[in-house]
Amino acid sequence: MNIESLSAIDLGLAALLVVALGVVQFLMGLGLQRSLVIGTVRMTLQLLLVGLVLKALFASANLAWIGLMALVMLALAGYEVSARQKRPIKGWRGYLIGLLSMGVTAAIITLLALIVIISPQPWYTPQYAIPLLGMILGNTMTGIGLALNHLTQTAWANRSRIEARLLLGQTATQAMADLRTEALRAGLIPTLNMLAAAGLISLPGMMTGQILAGAPPMEAVRYQILIMLLITAATGFGSLLAVHLGARRLFDDRQRLRLERLGQRS
Amino acid sequence: MLFEARNVAGEPGSGVRYHPVSLQLEAGEILTIYGQSGIGKSQFLRALADLTPHTGDVLLEGISQTKIRPEHWRKQVGYVPAESGWWADVVAQHFSEPPPKAWLSSLSLPPELLDASVERLSTGERQRLALLRALVLHPKVLLLDEPTANLDQRNAQKLIELVKTYAQTEQAAVIWVSHDADERALLGNRSLEIRAETTHQAHHP
Repeated sequence: MNIESLSAIDLGLAALLVVALGVVQFLMGLGLQRSLVIGTVRMTLQLLLVGLVLKALFASANLAWIGLMALVMLALAGYEVSARQKRPIKGWRGYLIGLLSMGVTAAIITLLALIVIISPQPWYTPQYAIPLLGMILGNTMTGIGLALNHLTQTAWANRSRIEARLLLGQTATQAMADLRTEALRAGLIPTLNMLAAAGLISLPGMMTGQILAGAPPMEAVRYQILIMLLITAATGFGSLLAVHLGARRLFDDRQRLRLERLGQRS
Repeated sequence: MLFEARNVAGEPGSGVRYHPVSLQLEAGEILTIYGQSGIGKSQFLRALADLTPHTGDVLLEGISQTKIRPEHWRKQVGYVPAESGWWADVVAQHFSEPPPKAWLSSLSLPPELLDASVERLSTGERQRLALLRALVLHPKVLLLDEPTANLDQRNAQKLIELVKTYAQTEQAAVIWVSHDADERALLGNRSLEIRAETTHQAHHP
């Protein structure tokens, strides 16, 4: 690795740019300085903390600790999914639907990639497992969050349309068919955009990182292609599962639309 | 007995507060329903169509609602709400089969209307087409929530005739929510008031 080391002074210089942005915003009266300060400080602390955790994890390379780390990442991602819902499904079920659809798909796809495709020795080598899971979770989280949000919001807004279909003898599945398709589309849009922009408009972060760390570009590109394929599959399957579970929760056993099961978040 | 409701009321805690309703309808019978606005007339019809949780039991030809799959129940107990929902672009897409020409003309709706976009329909046209898309399923019971609310007197008259004819020829029962005492008189002599505290069946002029 021939990467140039960054000192605290280097980072301080970059932080000055954000401080300058804050000053300009203050002078313009935008009132965003507070969020800017909190966001920046929070990001720095989170990353420093994660750096320490990863350092310890890489040193031990113990499966139990890596598994625990994966579970913590999953739980946080599950929370993020439900926190982004404007009309979340109430109660523990709402959290569980996001968590389950994300957990199942991310776990299967990460394990598949580690054991069958990349196969480091041992397969749970944290230098591979943690970043891989992180990238997959980060993207499925966004996709599932968007898909569920779209599903519950459109169901809320289209009560009379859905009930009109039920009243004409359609099943809940038939009555929700259009809204489910739209929700799945909404969940996949960021991934489709990512695929289209890859390499042309944006240089993907992981590839850039590997190149900065001295990896040969074609090697970095192959890894990036792998990650994109995994992300696409995970987001697609995760959204399918989430929309399926979410749509089921909107109805009861008598196929009645139960919008009171949705809460509201401003 | 074609259709029977036993102590149907809103589910506790749901905020629906009408007094439990029991009623019985023979084939071909029309019952009108009235009551203060907001008392729960529409909620009662929603319960009969099993669109909303409720207490009590509803029976079709002696078989309980809970014993029949919901999508089959709603085909046989056709509920036409006051505000109809339209999910597709074109009118015809909402019909499981095209309505008979005679029905269209008896409601003074031109047949071309079936190919029109839903956006272009007037409120009155929507209301009449919503009735027809329910009728093509040949329900045994019809639940109508103020079906003439947006119609002029002449078209209201025609709709009443069509529903009466349907009830006679198909031996169907009809429950019809109406604010208008004259309209209730035209629909026959069975009328029921939905009340907040007590409900009793009364003959109405």
